[in-house]
Amino acid sequence: MAANYKTIQGIWGDEELLMNGAKQMRDAHIKVKEVFSPFPIHGLDPVIGLPRTRLAICAFIYGITGTSLAILMTWYMMVSDWPTDIGGKPSFYYYMNWPAFIPVTFELTVFCAGHGMALTYLLRNWTLPGVHEKNPDPRTTDDKFMMVIEAKEEKAAEIVSMMRASGAEEVNVI
Amino acid sequence: MSLVNQNNLMYNFSARSRRNLIILMGLGLLLILAGYLWHTFAGDHAAGHEGAAGHEDHHAGWGQRFWANLLVNGYFFGGIGLAAVFFYALHFAAQAAWSQVFLRIFSAVGTFLPIGMGIVLLVIACGDLHLHHLYHWMDADLYDKASPEYDPIIDHKEPYFNRLFFYGRLLIFMGGWIYYQYWTRKNSMQGDLLRGNDMISNWKRNIRNAAIFLVFFGFTSSVYSWDVIMSIDTHWFSTLFGWYNFAGWWIGAIIVFNMLVVHLKSRDQLEFVNPSHVHDLGKWMFAVSFLWTYLWFSQFMLIWYSNLGEEVVYYAQRWEQYRGLFWITMVVNFAFPMLVLMSRDSKRNKSFLLFTGLLIFFFHWADTFLLVMPGTVGEHWNIGGLEIGMFLFFLSFFIFWVFRALSQAPLLQKGHPFLEESLHHHI
Repeated sequence: MAANYKTIQGIWGDEELLMNGAKQMRDAHIKVKEVFSPFPIHGLDPVIGLPRTRLAICAFIYGITGTSLAILMTWYMMVSDWPTDIGGKPSFYYYMNWPAFIPVTFELTVFCAGHGMALTYLLRNWTLPGVHEKNPDPRTTDDKFMMVIEAKEEKAAEIVSMMRASGAEEVNVI
Repeated sequence: MSLVNQNNLMYNFSARSRRNLIILMGLGLLLILAGYLWHTFAGDHAAGHEGAAGHEDHHAGWGQRFWANLLVNGYFFGGIGLAAVFFYALHFAAQAAWSQVFLRIFSAVGTFLPIGMGIVLLVIACGDLHLHHLYHWMDADLYDKASPEYDPIIDHKEPYFNRLFFYGRLLIFMGGWIYYQYWTRKNSMQGDLLRGNDMISNWKRNIRNAAIFLVFFGFTSSVYSWDVIMSIDTHWFSTLFGWYNFAGWWIGAIIVFNMLVVHLKSRDQLEFVNPSHVHDLGKWMFAVSFLWTYLWFSQFMLIWYSNLGEEVVYYAQRWEQYRGLFWITMVVNFAFPMLVLMSRDSKRNKSFLLFTGLLIFFFHWADTFLLVMPGTVGEHWNIGGLEIGMFLFFLSFFIFWVFRALSQAPLLQKGHPFLEESLHHHI
């Protein structure tokens, strides 16, 4: 961080007050870098300018990957490599016994979508074994809410007073 | 309460809408008549009797098709009414807040329940009077050991088809549902004026009654579907049948709710219903479509896989005589909600909701058609003047009835402790 930039950490005891503070920052065109909270604060994302999650798109891609893998697997195992007799029906081609393969296809789709989403989430957050927490204050995992703003030194005093005015219990400038 | 425009709470069922719906009903009746005339004076009448060669074929003939169609529509629209009452009860028993703005819509659709049940009972009673032959088991010869028609399997089911037990349980089921429907409707209208502790105690009474109804409904809805529909194929049975039928009614009711919300929004009403409400109702359409598909496929796959003669005959007939309709129904009812309604934006878009909802509404009607027709008219099925006319008549009558019920009470049910929370629903 360049010398003329400051990190301002405001701590609130109530998420509604923090929300109001965030709205004031938005109205004053001050970019909120991060908010730490013990639980998701409803409606905060658009206020601090977070874009909508792209996890759903990932889930769809993981899902169709699972579907394709399952079709490939059942085709290879049950039709190509070792044609399996299902209720005495012909098993020369995949389509002849496709209903029997639907449950496996469904399960693998869910499996890949679920695991893919969980892994994506952990990687994106970088919450992995041996990784140190990035949370600046352990109280934000209990009952406090922290807003972090990075701003030029000359604007710091103004932001601190705005935070205090909107109900921050504690403001630290680093 | 600033979100609610107090002057815009009444639905005005205009004279023009009434007239148009009555014209549509008349058009439906005309189509039925045209179908009858076509059948009587054109070619397929002769063909039907030729096929019967020698003995009387119960499955041919216009009368049989007429009654089968009456059962299809009575069962389909009555099921929608029943599922609407179920959905209403579900939201009370679960103490759901978000859906509170929709309660009047659920309740209005539920008013069709007595009519649907009346038509189903009428069809069954006329079967016992031998006006038609939809129900094979109503033939007295089947239980007579001396008769050449004696059927030991059906005779074995005689205690179940015993008329006192059969009609007794149907009347108790329908009576119980209709009583609850009537009670909720009356209670919600009176409850509009309640405030404070009176409101809370009324709400608690609603929760208790909804829970009792759900238990009653859970047992009785399956038996109802066995009695009315599964007994058509008297030798065949499926343990999943009740749930599969229930999922069909449920998705039908959800589609109707979605369509009504789109309609009322287009008339600048329901301004208190925000995009989050619409989104959540769209999710229900998405989710219950999968429930239906899941149960459809579970029933089909096990029977297809095990390939036992006495079970597979049910699907074999559909495969032989109804193949196209059978598969198109399944694919449309599964693929369209999945592909169209998967994304968040499409569930908030009224064009997408309207397109998917209307499409799968017709194909869930076709699903009911496939429940009834193979066992009653077999290969003599057709989608002609009779089928389209009957559906049109019932659909416009259903819409007429629901609109009339909507216009009877304010569109927002007040006197509910979660009203304020529901108005601020946001996801």
